[in-house]
Amino acid sequence: MQQVFKIPDCIKKDAKFTFCPGCDHGVALRLLGDAIDELGVREDTIAALCVGCSVFLYDFFDIDCLECPHGRATAEATGIKRARPDKFVFTYQGDGDFAAIGFAESMYTATRGEKVTSICINNTTYGMTGGQMGPTTILGQVTTTTPYGRSAELNGYPLKIAEHIALCDGTAFSARVSLDSVPNILKAKQAIKKACEVQVKGLGFGFVEILSGCPTNWKMTPQEAHKHIKEKMIPVFPLGVFKDVTAG
Amino acid sequence: MAYVVIDESKCKSCYLCVEACPKGLIKKSNRTGMTSNFTVEFSDEKGECIGCKCCALSCPDLAITEVYK
Amino acid sequence: MVKTLITGNKAIAQAAFDAGCDCYFSYPITPQTAIGEYLSEIMPKAGRAYVCAESEIASINMCIGAASTGAKAMTSSSSCAVALMQEGLSYATGDQLPIVLISVMRAGPGLGYIYPSQCDYNQAVTGGGNGDYQIPVLAPSTVQECIDLTHRAFYLAQKYRNPVIVLSDGLLGQMMEPAEFIKHPFPEIDNSDWILSGAKGREPRKIRSLEINEQKHNQNLQHLFDKYEQMKREEVLFEEINTEDADVILVAFGTMGRNIKAAMNLGRKQGVKIGIFRPITLFPFPEKRLFELADKTKKFIVAEMNMGQMVKDVKIAINGKAEVKHIGRPAGEWLDETEILDEVKSLIGECHAASV
Repeated sequence: MQQVFKIPDCIKKDAKFTFCPGCDHGVALRLLGDAIDELGVREDTIAALCVGCSVFLYDFFDIDCLECPHGRATAEATGIKRARPDKFVFTYQGDGDFAAIGFAESMYTATRGEKVTSICINNTTYGMTGGQMGPTTILGQVTTTTPYGRSAELNGYPLKIAEHIALCDGTAFSARVSLDSVPNILKAKQAIKKACEVQVKGLGFGFVEILSGCPTNWKMTPQEAHKHIKEKMIPVFPLGVFKDVTAG
Repeated sequence: MAYVVIDESKCKSCYLCVEACPKGLIKKSNRTGMTSNFTVEFSDEKGECIGCKCCALSCPDLAITEVYK
Repeated sequence: MVKTLITGNKAIAQAAFDAGCDCYFSYPITPQTAIGEYLSEIMPKAGRAYVCAESEIASINMCIGAASTGAKAMTSSSSCAVALMQEGLSYATGDQLPIVLISVMRAGPGLGYIYPSQCDYNQAVTGGGNGDYQIPVLAPSTVQECIDLTHRAFYLAQKYRNPVIVLSDGLLGQMMEPAEFIKHPFPEIDNSDWILSGAKGREPRKIRSLEINEQKHNQNLQHLFDKYEQMKREEVLFEEINTEDADVILVAFGTMGRNIKAAMNLGRKQGVKIGIFRPITLFPFPEKRLFELADKTKKFIVAEMNMGQMVKDVKIAINGKAEVKHIGRPAGEWLDETEILDEVKSLIGECHAASV
């Protein structure tokens, strides 16, 4: 008999995630924990955390953490990595944090090729504050600030984050994955590890955008949320690897 | 015989694991958890578990702690 | 003792380097761009970090990241761009991170212009970030003080785990004076008990300003304010000349400190008993000494290149014991010694007229 699954070692033994039932943050963080374990970098990790539902990440992981102002985590990560190039530095941000208020910092961290890793949880909404329109809210989506559905004329179009990051010459890896099904979760695990690996190898900025459910603000069950990702989000935000400097 | 270990104190009753299991071996228990809904339990009387860990991969709350094959 | 003829901006840059600045994050804005340009040559050569940031929002946040690892982090900016840093400064005080900010004032509000000004006293001392916090502010008046106070800023930042601002202006930044560069004259502070370095062989650390328990939050704030009280006891700096018998004391900071000295010298030659008082630390403000001076001297004129900012703190310090008047123009047209002396005479004259 062999153990084929365990909770990552870098996650605190008594950790209880504080997310809503069925929120994909929990899966994403566990996959990130797997990558940190597999690469053996826990003791060198310094994380730059964002404002949003994941702000309490320091309560879940056995790693040094810096809380950052909303949107600025990639700038903090740049400062950390420039001061301590020997450390493993990641940011873990929502779509609003990474791609609205923080988009300039995110793009420049990528285009400078900072050797850090960013994970962006894309659930098309500002979750912590109750479900407002964000940079990736899809057309027609009802949120608390688009009660009639997002309209292109009034609110513009959703942002394709991973593609923009892939366009930056300093980016070593950029991919979009999803957590709506087990096969996709396995692909997400690989992509997250890759985004961390390119940092360890000193190749440049590693990035993964993760399509995730927000059952509470979408007013869906977790199952319905995953169906929504599959049927409504993936057509707008196609999955795939947009840049990989290690690929032959 | 493969099996799964569940920490019910962390279960938030999202039931993503119930759907994920290809053999239907994760079921609602008759115990309530932190969300006041029924938690899940591993129920495999016939020894059908294949240790695929789909349940554990789907769980967002670290409630499925170990899988053995 | 070798002196170098150098501008205030370059003097600050070299002093920061000599003080051990590990990481500098730059963004250009007149009248302080020369600081970033100077450091862009020497930092990379010395293997120290230098990043051309995409904005001042980015540069102050990069400072936060670097400082969290124990690095001596610095950025420099002016006025309307320091405005962008207010969020970062608030976070840095709540996070208790040592950061040095060189703020070289230009005219405002808004885009203003690049004339020298002192219109950011409020921005530096009161601050524009959210919450209860204080940042020590050091105001040089000469290029030598630019050097000395930059060294002091790095020391205070580490000693108190707090941002520190060196408040200069476009005049001081761009004028040249002979000055002597010094080795860093302060002891290094041990920071090994709080910096983020990877949780190897120890419990993980978190640096944050968020606290969801209100009692703990209030305790945290009390700790911050205990630090500020210590600053008030131990770090006040000022200069005073001829205050013992002064009928009028001129008060100014920064470059205007030079003008009030000239006015005092001119006035004394004419038999007018003028003294000068120049706060060097704007926070902690030298309120105790001003309060004492107001026992004998009953007229204070605060000369600043703004519409009246430090004058408020002078009035608070003096607490009604003497008359306090503000004079000043906010952009470029600084009051020279004859104008200041005229104001002094006018004030004394009013007093004489009133007593007739």
